[in-house]
Amino acid sequence: MLLEIKDLDISYGDKLTVTGANVELDKGEILSIVGESGSGKTTIIRAAMGCLPGAGHVSKGSITFEGRDMLKNTKEDWRKLSGTEMSMIFQDSGNMINPIRRIGVQFIDYIQAHDSSKSKDQAYKMATAMLTNVRLPNPDNIMNSYPFELSGGMRQRVGIAMAMVFQPKILMADEPTSALDVTTQAQIIRQIIDVRDQFGVAVIIVTHNLGVASYMSDKIMVMKGGRVEESGSRYEVLSNPQTDYTKSLLAAVPVIGGKCYYE
Amino acid sequence: MTKKQILARLGQIVLVLLGISFITFALVMLAPGDVARQMIAGNEDIIVSQAEIDALRAELGLDKPFFFQYLDWLGRALQGNLGFSFMAKKPVVEELFERLPGTILLSLASLVMMMVVSIPMGIYSAVKRGGWIDNIVRAFTFMGVSMPGFWVGLMLLWIFGLKLDLLPIVGGTIGVDTIILPAATLAIAMASKYTRQVRTAILEELGQDYVVGARARGMSESHILWKEVLPNAMLPLITLLGLSLGSLLGGAAVIEMVFSWPGLGRLAIEAITYRDFQLVQGVVVWIALMYMVINLIVDLSYNYLDPRLRKVR
Repeated sequence: MLLEIKDLDISYGDKLTVTGANVELDKGEILSIVGESGSGKTTIIRAAMGCLPGAGHVSKGSITFEGRDMLKNTKEDWRKLSGTEMSMIFQDSGNMINPIRRIGVQFIDYIQAHDSSKSKDQAYKMATAMLTNVRLPNPDNIMNSYPFELSGGMRQRVGIAMAMVFQPKILMADEPTSALDVTTQAQIIRQIIDVRDQFGVAVIIVTHNLGVASYMSDKIMVMKGGRVEESGSRYEVLSNPQTDYTKSLLAAVPVIGGKCYYE
Repeated sequence: MTKKQILARLGQIVLVLLGISFITFALVMLAPGDVARQMIAGNEDIIVSQAEIDALRAELGLDKPFFFQYLDWLGRALQGNLGFSFMAKKPVVEELFERLPGTILLSLASLVMMMVVSIPMGIYSAVKRGGWIDNIVRAFTFMGVSMPGFWVGLMLLWIFGLKLDLLPIVGGTIGVDTIILPAATLAIAMASKYTRQVRTAILEELGQDYVVGARARGMSESHILWKEVLPNAMLPLITLLGLSLGSLLGGAAVIEMVFSWPGLGRLAIEAITYRDFQLVQGVVVWIALMYMVINLIVDLSYNYLDPRLRKVR
């Protein structure tokens, strides 16, 4: 078991926002967490990466990553872990890097922050290799650009390239497609599956798009109001939903031309 | 900014200068009292014959209609002649240039003092917000902005000049020892304001997405603060710095009076008391020019500092 979350409660101050969450993830698996806004999807992956904002903290339960108890991590432990063994991509990865610095310098800074033995040239080569890997033509051009100069899809590919440069064991994706148009969404999903196939990275993807979840996942977890409504393999959840909430979610997926597009 | 925009801004500066010079000219003319009488008698109450006054008015061109007087002034000003100061018995331009070093030195000294204090304090109280240092700094900044400058100046004079006898009380000259107190007085008020501004700007940047992203990439907190947050936080402050520098270069009238500092602010006050209208006019035009030029430079600097404002390649 790569990542195991057991009976997790997460609170902001005294307010309980997620209760009794369980997650099991093996190497190379893709888990989708679906649910409406405010259901606690993002909170769970943030807890798993040790970056809950403000007064957020784990109040009960355990998070185990490769046999290590993550709740015992110090800040410095988390810092070393994030971006190397666990990475994260966001709704708009372009916003997640400094708007007034070039992508290249930030990429190199990032690589050197975790591996100081790499020279600038080596880091640059690592970065461009990874940019090419996520199908970005002219990686030198990308390295020399500012985030605002790229399109949404390209920014997301840069985000994936940065997240994958240290070949992490888990890639957390927080609504990675919801800021993109439909064609680009499909390309980015394809890209995430590609890096999974290529590097064997496990992926947790937070989405409210059931179509995305059914297309790419091995496992699906449905959340509502801070609770896990249902979880299991993709097949179990989609073809034999147990709770009314999951049923109503599935019923809400539009049927086009007599075909339902979640399977 | 493109070349076209810069040209437009320069044109704007010319228009504003015309407007400002016209308005000050009108205000000086509209003010009660007679400039000619003042020139002959000063502030003394002595008998001056009407013939004498009329002769001087004619000599100065004060008998012409107002608008022609303004055009006369404008014509000379365009040739670099801002008139003659009867108070100083010299051309206005010469008098302005004589006072310029004092004002520039005082402006820069107070600006540097302010930054040395407020940037570190603002950063520290933002990073450790809610801590005891933040609270103490907050108390001091509120005190600093609440105390009027002339009072702070007098207090500093009393403490460092009289009680501790460390610094000279008698001003009037430019020197390392005489500049400390007036610069400090100006810096105290500014530093109080700027500490809060720096703190707010840093806090705002710390809440941005790119900081979340940097943490998720495992960047160190010191890298995030110095390399990512600080440059972004400084961007909005540059505008404020420009405004402050602009107003400082126009002379800090009250503080210069308190410390008898030979700068433009004191010159302006003296010129007004003596109704030295050409000198008043010259000082006002200078202040307006400084303000606009500094702000143009600030806007140009954004081009260099913020890539988003540059033309997209």
